[in-house]
Amino acid sequence: MNVLAFAEERGGKIKKSSLETIRAGRRLAESLGGEFAAVVIGSGVAAVAPGLGRYGAARVIAVDDPKLAQHANAAVAKVIAEVALAEHASLVFLPASQMGKDIAPRVALRLNAGLAPDCIALRAEGGEIIATRPVFAGKALLDVRITTPVKVFTLRPNTFDAAEESGEARVEMRTVPLEPADLVTTVQEMKIAAGRPDVTEADIIVSGGRGMKGPEHFDLIERLADALAAGVGASRAVVDAGWRPHDEQVGQTGKTVSPSLYIACGISGAVQHLAGMSSSRYIVAINRDKDAPIFQIADYGIVGDVFEILPALTEELKKAGA
Amino acid sequence: MKVVVCINHVPDTETKIRVAPDGITIDRTGVNFMMSPYDEIAVEEGLRIRDRFKGDVTVISLGPEANRETLRKALAMGADRAVLLRDDTARDSFATASALAAEIKGLAPDVVLFGRQSIDYDDAQVGTLVAGILSLPSVAVVVKMEIREGGEVLCEREIEGGHEVVRTKLPAVFLAQKGLNDPRYPSLKGIMAAKNKPIEEKPAAPAEIRVHTVALRKPPPKNPGRIVGTDASAVPELVRLLHEEAKVL
Ligand SMILES: Cc1cc2nc3c(=O)[nH]c(=O)nc-3n(C[C@H](O)[C@H](O)[C@H](O)COP(=O)(O)OP(=O)(O)OC[C@H]3O[C@@H](n4cnc5c(N)ncnc54)[C@H](O)[C@@H]3O)c2cc1C
Ligand SMILES: Nc1ncnc2c1ncn2[C@@H]1O[C@H](COP(=O)(O)O)[C@@H](O)[C@H]1O
Repeated sequence: MNVLAFAEERGGKIKKSSLETIRAGRRLAESLGGEFAAVVIGSGVAAVAPGLGRYGAARVIAVDDPKLAQHANAAVAKVIAEVALAEHASLVFLPASQMGKDIAPRVALRLNAGLAPDCIALRAEGGEIIATRPVFAGKALLDVRITTPVKVFTLRPNTFDAAEESGEARVEMRTVPLEPADLVTTVQEMKIAAGRPDVTEADIIVSGGRGMKGPEHFDLIERLADALAAGVGASRAVVDAGWRPHDEQVGQTGKTVSPSLYIACGISGAVQHLAGMSSSRYIVAINRDKDAPIFQIADYGIVGDVFEILPALTEELKKAGA
Repeated sequence: MKVVVCINHVPDTETKIRVAPDGITIDRTGVNFMMSPYDEIAVEEGLRIRDRFKGDVTVISLGPEANRETLRKALAMGADRAVLLRDDTARDSFATASALAAEIKGLAPDVVLFGRQSIDYDDAQVGTLVAGILSLPSVAVVVKMEIREGGEVLCEREIEGGHEVVRTKLPAVFLAQKGLNDPRYPSLKGIMAAKNKPIEEKPAAPAEIRVHTVALRKPPPKNPGRIVGTDASAVPELVRLLHEEAKVL
């Protein structure tokens, strides 16, 4: 069973979630005895292809076309599907990033394939692949089996590792003809806020809730986040109050995150909030109410006042040089 | 402007999920259902587009009889007509999308709206699948949309760490994300008016199931955590634990 993994490039770099996808895909190819290749797609992407060797892609197919400069989703999906057909790939992996989620359904349609989205585990069982995905906002896990000959999976960022290895990639350039119909939806501009990582990609998240008492106190959250090179998250209560932008909201109607460390500050831990962050590897809660539900899922808790604990924690981390 | 909005009827966010005896579905007894929150945003956007450009809004839901409740709510919000694609069996996203696409095709809409994802199975694929099946352009995770002269649409969509400004052309599919608008509550007048609006029912077109459930299970329980302290004096110990025990720093 040949395996193809999509490597998403942004700003001249392959995104970490794609490195995770490549490694997971290659491992599966090894255990199933198939060939593995990664595909990079865009305008000017040939330069990033060789570097993928270090993440386990011995073979990289690069489709470098100025028409792809505007990240037309239908065009990228077509290219992936065409490459998958040419490679006789029966398993196609994409990261469950915003781009991956946007194109995976179109890739699946073109390949007459079933799609298992946002997987957190994959196992080969009697020649079949069982994918596990969180459903009902993490309140349950669903094990699924795709029954079409070609199968497409998207993998949740931060759940598969992306350790570096040695190795150079053999790069093959390809072209896939694109038509005007593939280029109807185009990206005109990307507005990327410089600075802190997005919560869906951050390895550490410091998140604030109504216990922060007002937008002006979020500098305590931000300073701790900066000391940890962390992303900033928020509960819906503070987003609805207009204290924080909605793209920071974590939870059932916000973003789903799985960092290695999630620090919840003045957040009660309502089910809808837990839904978005319960798959974090370690959870720290700071809340002055010892009965707050957040303590039921926290690995470490301090029952105390955020206004006292947060500055002390920031200081301590700076001292420790974290 | 002809607008279609697809809406799903899902368990309330407070619901405790229990696995049914079959081991692959949820036990629906005692579970409250509601319109999926992103779908409310999609309905609201549809109503605003209709009010601005004239036309009508059709809402479609695929599922059992119970989905009427969500259709009724959309009618109360102001939708003009509703279609229940009746199906009492479990479908995967592809089968759901196929039947929705077949119905939407017949309506030949200018704008088709979906939620970013249903908050039940969190698939986030039905909207884009429908777009693909109908060969329509699509924009996912939309937080801003502006329809211009000639059917050009400028959207902002959320991506990691920022936004993309995306251009497309009608007819097209849009997947609503929180932030696009604040959905209205149905007014009393709207609720009364909805009682007289018909809900057309037809069987959902049969379709192939591509993804089969092997098991639905509860996540393994988490070990109870540790309270490190009750004031700032606990901070050094917390940092030590994060370094040495959790090894996340
Ligand atoms: C359909 C639906 C979807 C939802 N989706 C989401 C979602 O995606 N994300 C989300 O977060 N919520 C969501 N909610 C809302 C959720 O139910 C809660 O209302 C919300 O999470 C509460 O936010 P909070 O913890 O900041 O506020 P609160 O529940 O008010 O908690 C504040 C906490 O701060 C503590 N505190 C106060 N002062 C201090 C202090 N000085 N020091 C330390 N601790 C202090 C208090 O003890 C309390 O525990 C949703 C709700 C619904 C109905
Ligand atoms: N059974 C359904 N009936 C109508 N619309 C649906 C149904 N399931 C999903 N949708 C639509 O597709 C969107 C994405 O759903 P999903 O791919 O299941 O996460 C939802 O927000 C709805 O707009």
